[in-house]
Amino acid sequence: MKTVIRCLALILISLALAGCTTVQPWERGTLAEPGMDVDGHPIDAYVDSHVYFSREAATGGSGVGGGGCGCN
Amino acid sequence: MSLSSRLSVLLLSFFLMGSVQAEPAPDFSFIDPFTDESTSLGGLQGQVVYLDFWASWCIPCRQSFPFMNELHERYGDRGLTILAVNVDEQEADAERFLQQFPASFRILYDHDATLPPIYNVMGMPTAYLIDHNGQIEETKIGFRIDQRGEIEQRLREMLRSAGHL
Repeated sequence: MKTVIRCLALILISLALAGCTTVQPWERGTLAEPGMDVDGHPIDAYVDSHVYFSREAATGGSGVGGGGCGCN
Repeated sequence: MSLSSRLSVLLLSFFLMGSVQAEPAPDFSFIDPFTDESTSLGGLQGQVVYLDFWASWCIPCRQSFPFMNELHERYGDRGLTILAVNVDEQEADAERFLQQFPASFRILYDHDATLPPIYNVMGMPTAYLIDHNGQIEETKIGFRIDQRGEIEQRLREMLRSAGHL
């Protein structure tokens, strides 16, 4: 039984890994759309960062420039 | 020669390999949007070519387009050909961009993105400075406003050695 579970886990992991792929620089059009932004709404993100930086008593250093184009 | 010296020589040669920049630009054919005639990159030998890969979603491209317009205006009839290859899947996206940032130079469309892997494009935009013998003299990944003078200087040198300036 243990062997079957291990085999199944291995198959599942390999299937999941097969889904990983490198997005080439010229294929990032969809990723560059506003809807793909992890922060969601800009005002919401602004409020979140305001709270965060007030709590940290420091600002900046939260990310790097660039729009996912691999150019900055 | 000791092992460490051999290793150093080997490492040094790898670095030197990386610094050798001139390599032949892969040839491709296209319809010249200015004349509607079929031509190829190889057919442009004698001209200095500024080959630029761009996309509508690429933010720095908004700055590179006015610069390429300037280059086309200054050197377009003095031996410089600008080819800006769009890699958007939808031509409508490119058209929308071009309405905002009009281009006076040649725009080519590669919706299936066949050229970027051949040219090993590393970012958007990427520009290749190709000399009159069809050799890639320099590759510029990304675009920054402060690079304009440097790029123009390099192109002037290339145009001069091609006998155009």
